[in-house]
Amino acid sequence: MITFILNNKTIKTPEHSGKTLLDFIRYQQRLTGTKIGCREGDCGACTVLVGTLKDNDLIEYQSVTSCISPLGNAHGKHIVTVEGTNLKDKLTEQQEAMNANYATQCGFCTPGFVVALTGFALSNSDKNYSQALDAISGNICRCTGYKSIERATHQVVEKLEHQEGQSFGWLIDHGFIPAYFKSIPQRLKAIEAKDLNQPKGKFVSGGTDLYVQQADHLADNDVHLIAEKDYLKGITIQDKICTIGTNATVSDLWNHTELNNILPNLRKHLKLVSSEQIRNMASFGGNLVNASPIGDMTIFFLALNSDVIILDENNNERTISLKNFYQGYKTFDLKDGELLKEIRFQVPTKTAYFNFEKVCKRTHLDIASVNSAIHISIENNTISEAHVSLGGVAAIPKYLHETSSFLKGKPLTSEVILEANEVLQSEISPISDVRGTSDYKRLLARQLFFAHFIEFFPKQFTLNDFVQHV
Amino acid sequence: MYKDKSNNQLESKLEDVNTSLKHSIKNMDSYTHVRGESLYVDDVNIRQGTFHAVVFDSPKAHGKIKSIDYSKAEALEGVERIFTYKDIPGENEIGGIIADEPLFAEDDVHFWGMPIALIVAETEFIARQARQLIKIDIDELPVITTAKQAKAKGSFINAPRSFSIGNTEKAFADCEYVFEGETFSNGQEHLYIEAQGAYAEPLENGNIKITSSTQGPTAVQATTARVLGVAMHKIEIDVTRLGGGFGGKEDQATPWAVMAALATFHLNQSVKLVLNRHDDLRMTGKRHPYESSYKIGLSKDLKILAYQAEFLQNSGAAADLSPAIAERTLFHATNSYYVPNVTTTVLSCKTNLPPNTAFRGFGGPQGMFVIESAIAKAAHEIGVPSRAIQEANLLDENDTFSYGQIAKQVEAKNSWNSAKSVYHLETLEQEVEAFNRVNKIFKKGMALMPITFGISFTNTPMNHARALVHIYLDGSVGISTAAVEMGQGVNTKMMQIAADVFSIPIDKIKIETTNTTRVANTSPSAASSTADLNGKATLMACNTLVDRLKAVASEDLQVSEKDIILKNEFVYINDLKSDLSWTELISKAMLKRVALTENAHYATPEIHFDKTIEKGHPFAYHVYGTAIITATVDCIRGTYEFDSVKMVHDYGKSMSEGIDLGQVEGALVQGIGWMTMEEIAYSHEGKLLSNALSTYKVPDIFSVPKNVETIPLETEGHDQAILKSKAVGEPPLMYGIGAYFALQNAIKAFNPNYNLKFHAPMTPEKVLMSLYEKQEHN
Repeated sequence: MITFILNNKTIKTPEHSGKTLLDFIRYQQRLTGTKIGCREGDCGACTVLVGTLKDNDLIEYQSVTSCISPLGNAHGKHIVTVEGTNLKDKLTEQQEAMNANYATQCGFCTPGFVVALTGFALSNSDKNYSQALDAISGNICRCTGYKSIERATHQVVEKLEHQEGQSFGWLIDHGFIPAYFKSIPQRLKAIEAKDLNQPKGKFVSGGTDLYVQQADHLADNDVHLIAEKDYLKGITIQDKICTIGTNATVSDLWNHTELNNILPNLRKHLKLVSSEQIRNMASFGGNLVNASPIGDMTIFFLALNSDVIILDENNNERTISLKNFYQGYKTFDLKDGELLKEIRFQVPTKTAYFNFEKVCKRTHLDIASVNSAIHISIENNTISEAHVSLGGVAAIPKYLHETSSFLKGKPLTSEVILEANEVLQSEISPISDVRGTSDYKRLLARQLFFAHFIEFFPKQFTLNDFVQHV
Repeated sequence: MYKDKSNNQLESKLEDVNTSLKHSIKNMDSYTHVRGESLYVDDVNIRQGTFHAVVFDSPKAHGKIKSIDYSKAEALEGVERIFTYKDIPGENEIGGIIADEPLFAEDDVHFWGMPIALIVAETEFIARQARQLIKIDIDELPVITTAKQAKAKGSFINAPRSFSIGNTEKAFADCEYVFEGETFSNGQEHLYIEAQGAYAEPLENGNIKITSSTQGPTAVQATTARVLGVAMHKIEIDVTRLGGGFGGKEDQATPWAVMAALATFHLNQSVKLVLNRHDDLRMTGKRHPYESSYKIGLSKDLKILAYQAEFLQNSGAAADLSPAIAERTLFHATNSYYVPNVTTTVLSCKTNLPPNTAFRGFGGPQGMFVIESAIAKAAHEIGVPSRAIQEANLLDENDTFSYGQIAKQVEAKNSWNSAKSVYHLETLEQEVEAFNRVNKIFKKGMALMPITFGISFTNTPMNHARALVHIYLDGSVGISTAAVEMGQGVNTKMMQIAADVFSIPIDKIKIETTNTTRVANTSPSAASSTADLNGKATLMACNTLVDRLKAVASEDLQVSEKDIILKNEFVYINDLKSDLSWTELISKAMLKRVALTENAHYATPEIHFDKTIEKGHPFAYHVYGTAIITATVDCIRGTYEFDSVKMVHDYGKSMSEGIDLGQVEGALVQGIGWMTMEEIAYSHEGKLLSNALSTYKVPDIFSVPKNVETIPLETEGHDQAILKSKAVGEPPLMYGIGAYFALQNAIKAFNPNYNLKFHAPMTPEKVLMSLYEKQEHN
């Protein structure tokens, strides 16, 4: 039985764990405030909160899109829909801010925004406007043009500035959440939430790719949920080796203090990766095995020259370099029954530079036309180490072997970078598709390659150093 | 000194806007919206035994159906029945303007996604599984996807339309400058977040009630009756509200409702059909792509003396609303400019795309993009800024439009000059130049966009509405009109009118669902006219009721009717409060057997249009405004941001400042989306490639202009606008056209070799390719 608390009610259901949380909420529980917009995590109309009991007896709430979330992942959690945020006879502060600022027109996307803003109020993140915007970054509104939603968000942030600590009591007293939230930690502890009986079947972690591609299939077949497997989780940094369990979500990377120290622009880069709702769900391991030639996390970790550790059914491990993992379009070196366990990479040294670039039609919550990452080390103005990856230019997420080895040992000059681009261009074979023509992708690949160096060394290189010579 | 003073002026105007927003009426629906308690089609409680339906559609864009095998699908457990054209008791015809569109394909298919059958099953999931079991064999025929291909093959929906004034040919000979060129503007997906859907229930005696997410309940009712072969009175349409429409549910909400009703008709059970997003994207039409050519002639002092344009409208596989949309392209072909010699022609080209349909602006934006392109081209060639040409040609009082209407209460120059002065245009321009001088990687571009948009259905007979107002015996009020609430706030406006006339609090007033049994034979909620038409009818009904109530009060209090007013729930005599309250007055009226229900009919006066000569006075009035848009382009990556949009907009006397501002901002961003990131793509075989939200991108919160300022133009409003508050739904969308030209100007600042192209949307791909055009090729 899947057991969890839905708003203020304990649920025990024999439903299929692969069914979507959205369908369960709307059609089993008749909570119709959670809307269906796209069923692929791209609009946020179905946003709900998932509360997880932490060791300190506090609950950590994260927003997710329920349309691509397997019901089984709700097991042992507190799920909050818009109805579960409502106060009896008045609006919450978030709701009132939306009302007072005309931030709702047709109303269909509105519950998603309200829930996401409630998630922001409940979260540990700094209560500033920029964080609040991140919280609603996965919510699409077709009516308002967002300016009124921005005004409402400012109002919510202003009200939250007075918050004392991370106390839910304060949020209850000040009209952000209903009083029953106080009882949830005890109730979650009390409910029977042993590990779900897991059938054999497709491994599903966050589900953010699989449910977009095959929701009907998953809803009707056995799935093996792994999002809660501890041995696949965790981020550790030891002896200059960083190990990340494949179940780590993008948000786990985002929130990891040490990782942010190692990669100072990590959040800037990850902000280009989907929306907060999706980052909360998507395991980066899932991104690797989805094997999209344009997978953001894949491109990211390729340039870090990572290894992946693979586990077979008998718990034997083997290690393979990520750059050798991909074999062809959507094919990779993983046998039946094998599971990605973790990824490892050497922490970039003090002389190293790392950058990630991504261009798409829409800067945020979009799939790239081309993305690229680079990791280089400079010693005495010589490139001592170089790893360049490029997505959207081949059948696989591409580690640029030749470009990388060309750069290694060369002086850091614009001539070398221009020559390296020639090598890069000979290594790629983009095709024309809905994300751009092949000519565009070639040009963009070049530009992003240059962009890395302009980002690293703005005093040494300007755009003119590169584009006038070509 | 001057600058400081006017900066204060801008700040004080923006402060006035803020103040008015605080006091302005809030959207009456927002309480349930923010709590998730508003009811849309898919939220309505369904009856026991309800079936769920999924549409089986054509997997090819054009061909003859050789065979279809439904046997495996029919055999699937839980499948109730599969309906095709053979099950239609009436006509297999849903075309509104021209009878050229079947509900279900018969022998041939004309677009990818064309409905062929309806699978009805116990659950939607089963119906979807059954759909995969259907085998179809199609003999493919040549596919047309573009308007130019259609023109070359002589494939049209109807005869071309032309407007003309003056003598273009002669005028071109007198011009100092003449330029010609071509433009393209792509389609646009509506992306209402609530997909299309309907729920049909059987009533007694073969009557059917349909809850539909439609902007046009009467169209749904009439079409259902036609397809079922029954009288209209047997079909009741109820609309609670729409999760967005934008024109996409004016005509194209109909087939799904009809299909659900057809299944209900046969099964005598309730049937729900709500499209999933992929089906909706694939099966429904969008804003029309246009391929156009223009010729513009100017005098030495930059007066546009002659303008000629041919618009090729990609209408898709059936007429739908295309002829009406084509007409509006001609009405707005010269935007805010007076041009004495104009010849414009539009051809509705029949292609193998889903029938394209109404979308906010209704062909107007497509027409305006062409003349703005022509001006940009002329300015570039002559070596002046576009705004010099724009400014030299703005409409004046008593100028004649190419369709014969004389422009009255013109605010084109007023809004333009206000925008220039209040926003310090010259300072803004200097800032852009200064920025571009020192920045190598980022370039800014600015553009001005004036708009002039006619208000009324251009088909004169559609300009009418009715309101049914009940005062219940406890003094509460219920109002039914033809207006469909889809986010535009029309419910709130209707409520304001009644609250104002009766002088009672808004919580005493309820706006009912839109229902064909209460208000019949209605025009759709469209053309920005919904509040005007239904508001005027509501106003008339409320006024009549007040007159009746005054007569009751006059008799009761023994005072003259003319000394009586209703104010704050009391009767006032000569402006002094009496003891007679609203509720008591209603009780007295009941006892005197006075009718407390009124049904009023409003038809817009004065308007007319003669299609045989293409001349007349089709619009009740025009809406004006000017926007200044500034963009910054990242010349490494080809990405861009919009720094600001500064508008002066002609609301007339806005009756609901908050709601109207929301319309301006929402339309603006939708217009910018159309011009920049929203890119519809079909394969040569006619398959939609931008077939999901992962491949079709609409603006998100990070992509909207950072700074949007909207200052109301101070005008008197117009008598034909409801309470002098002008229509606001569509016009501001066209401010977004300026986004294209702002980007183009930024590209010009980086790449002097750039050849001006007018090919919207200006995606990051086109920006990057333009930035590096000619300079080099890899």
